[in-house]
Amino acid sequence: MMLHTVNKSPFEKDSLKSCLRLSKEKSSILMIEDGVYGAIRGASTERSVAEAAKTRSIYALGPDLKARGIDLEKLVDGITVVDYDGFVKLAVESSKVQSWM
Amino acid sequence: MSEEANQSSGQVKQFLYVNRRAPHGSNYAQEGLEVALIGAAFEQDVVMAYVDDGVFQLKSQQDTSDIGTKNFGATYGALGDYDVQTIYVEKESLEMRGLTEDDLMPLVYEDEDDDWEEKPMINIVSACQLAEIIDQSDVVLNF
Repeated sequence: MMLHTVNKSPFEKDSLKSCLRLSKEKSSILMIEDGVYGAIRGASTERSVAEAAKTRSIYALGPDLKARGIDLEKLVDGITVVDYDGFVKLAVESSKVQSWM
Repeated sequence: MSEEANQSSGQVKQFLYVNRRAPHGSNYAQEGLEVALIGAAFEQDVVMAYVDDGVFQLKSQQDTSDIGTKNFGATYGALGDYDVQTIYVEKESLEMRGLTEDDLMPLVYEDEDDDWEEKPMINIVSACQLAEIIDQSDVVLNF
């Protein structure tokens, strides 16, 4: 299993778009730093993220959501919030980590 | 900055600060805010505009205690104290990001011409209106 991390805003860079296109089914995708803006429900990115969440495990880092004032109740369906321990666990469980920067 | 922009010449110019970056991924947001406050302290007419990811700077409830960076969100509340009265936020940028005016900090200024009544600073404007505002400004600085 491969872990993909995305740390750029999907409204400024193509990182999330490329990650969704080039990651295989069943892989894990973790949004961190400005990447967590991709988790907002009601945004233009919602449809592609929700679609990807049907075949991949999508996570968002809680402390980064909190820093940006993103309400956990207003995330795209299918996204799991993890803390730093969860991040480490995902990295350890994954055979490789691909950072989409 | 031109010499005429200097306060000593007696001319007050309108400075528009266009903020286009998200708040925590880079220093642009904090630096833009600090430069705007310095300009306002020198009694220039300062107007703020937030577009693209810049609108995230005004999101309410930001709390950086878990990521170990300075929580400069409260500094936006100081804009009114420095006589900044107007913040423009582009409607199209908000909509693309799933945000509405209710998601933004309730920033106010005290109107000295109206018995110091607290008035909202944030004005939601269309791209078309903002293009006009940018065009009409004397000096435009981007962050």
